[in-house]
Amino acid sequence: MLSKLKAKLLAESCEEYLCRLFEGIGKSSLNAFTTLAKESALDEARQFDKNPGQGLLAGVPIAIKECISTKGIETNCSSRILRGYIPPYDAHVIERLKAEGAIIMGKTNMDEFAMGTSTETSCFGPTKNPWDQSSVPGGSSGGSAAVVAGGEAPCSLGSDTGGSVRCPASFCGIVGLKPTYGLVSRYGLVAYANSLEQIGPLTHTVEDTALLMEVISGHDRRDSTSAEGERHSYLPGLKDGICGLKIGIPREYFGEGVNRDVEKAVWEGIHTLESLGASWQEVSLPHTRYALAAYYVIAMSEASSNLARFDGLRYGSRQGGDMDWHTTFSAIRAKGFGPEVKRRIMLGTYALSAGYYGRYYLKALKVRTLIKEDFLRAFKDVDILASPTMPIPAFKIGERINDPLSLYMADVFTVPINLAGVPAISVPCGFAGHLPIGLQLIGPHFCEAAVLKAAQAFEAATAFHEAKPEVI
Amino acid sequence: MITREDVEHISWLASIKIADEEKDELVEHFNSILEYFHQLEEVDTEGVEPTYRVVDLANIFREDVAYESLSQDQALKNAPRTENGYFKSPRIV
Repeated sequence: MLSKLKAKLLAESCEEYLCRLFEGIGKSSLNAFTTLAKESALDEARQFDKNPGQGLLAGVPIAIKECISTKGIETNCSSRILRGYIPPYDAHVIERLKAEGAIIMGKTNMDEFAMGTSTETSCFGPTKNPWDQSSVPGGSSGGSAAVVAGGEAPCSLGSDTGGSVRCPASFCGIVGLKPTYGLVSRYGLVAYANSLEQIGPLTHTVEDTALLMEVISGHDRRDSTSAEGERHSYLPGLKDGICGLKIGIPREYFGEGVNRDVEKAVWEGIHTLESLGASWQEVSLPHTRYALAAYYVIAMSEASSNLARFDGLRYGSRQGGDMDWHTTFSAIRAKGFGPEVKRRIMLGTYALSAGYYGRYYLKALKVRTLIKEDFLRAFKDVDILASPTMPIPAFKIGERINDPLSLYMADVFTVPINLAGVPAISVPCGFAGHLPIGLQLIGPHFCEAAVLKAAQAFEAATAFHEAKPEVI
Repeated sequence: MITREDVEHISWLASIKIADEEKDELVEHFNSILEYFHQLEEVDTEGVEPTYRVVDLANIFREDVAYESLSQDQALKNAPRTENGYFKSPRIV
């Protein structure tokens, strides 16, 4: 799709294409874009029309999640506390996109500080699902998924701490990849739970995701957890097929709690892969049922530390006269953070506090080891794993927001992947009524190529990625 | 069980002021979430090492050579209060 777009932009006018996109966004009711960089984007489009250049993404407009720093464009994590913050530097991924000629269109709505599964905790209000505007787009990268599914941008970047790229990809019927931890630099990504998160692409096709991964992956000395070694290439061999591929079906990812339409569509997807030359066998990831609790303890603990920096001193708002340090900052933070962010910071603070560290945080890190070992053991017998991305299709806006625990439960099949640090992709594999369903394919560390190849084969054999919601 | 007093203490540790009317709901949410966390206690982790990071990286060293960073102006640009090229903080004592 992006390769076709690139040809079209060369043959026609990038400026006109971008103008049409901005016109559509102006009329949209999805509430998916938060900040638009219209002027700079149109400037760059005009430059492209004069001199297209050779970049891998020359002239391609892209939308960026609110938590990825963009020089000169407001980056607020959809939080009141960061309203008005204009980063003086670009995130590594933004530098890479610009170096390849991509055009930054603007920023997309998200759950505040990426804490959510529905994009409802944003200070800008919820984003709507293009397939059903009374339903959530998933989260936390809901804006980034909705702009692609809704035809407002051809591709986008999100970030995935516990499913935040794959969940909205699944709910909005598009492709979303969470790379291996360390493959994409987190420099310039506003940290929520730094040992879990990665930036990942959201696109219409697997090939587009592979193309974006070519651009954004690779070592960066400014991220101390960035993996060293050769840069990977994902496009060569992408369409080689999956003859002989061994797929594991984790038995803990099916059954109780999984919507019947979801289970049926995912099994049909597995049979499609089988018909393409792959074989499947059941495997077990025995610690799956403890993944959610371990994930939330670790994520909240890291959040309480990472979000300590938001105090209105270096950025953010500070109104009225200052009292003493603690009173001033406690008041700024009370006003600036929404309820879910406060809940997670406070629970994380509690989990790390004297007397509880061993019971919660250290225990969760040990369970994390067992979960990671589950995956490593499974990958001795099979090449990739297949499961539902989400146990349910998109739910209604407002349906779960007042019950935090029921919202957390929706992440049951995405968080184990972040705990283990392995890569996983969500590809469209069917519908429950008119709502899309996602198939999750999981690979061993740094085996994005295998995951993408299987996803590509599946996509080529099915038509789910071609379905478009009525808003387009 | 988390009590209102615990919530007040956590709020102080986390530097987030909590209004009186928010406390009961927080007590309720915290207790239900912590109860869910307690299922971790069922897992036998005897002899299991904690995983702080999934990809094994030791300390990364670099040559001790200066490279370009933000200018003082850029670093201060987003600060709501500054004085003489510094961030201006509230009183500490």
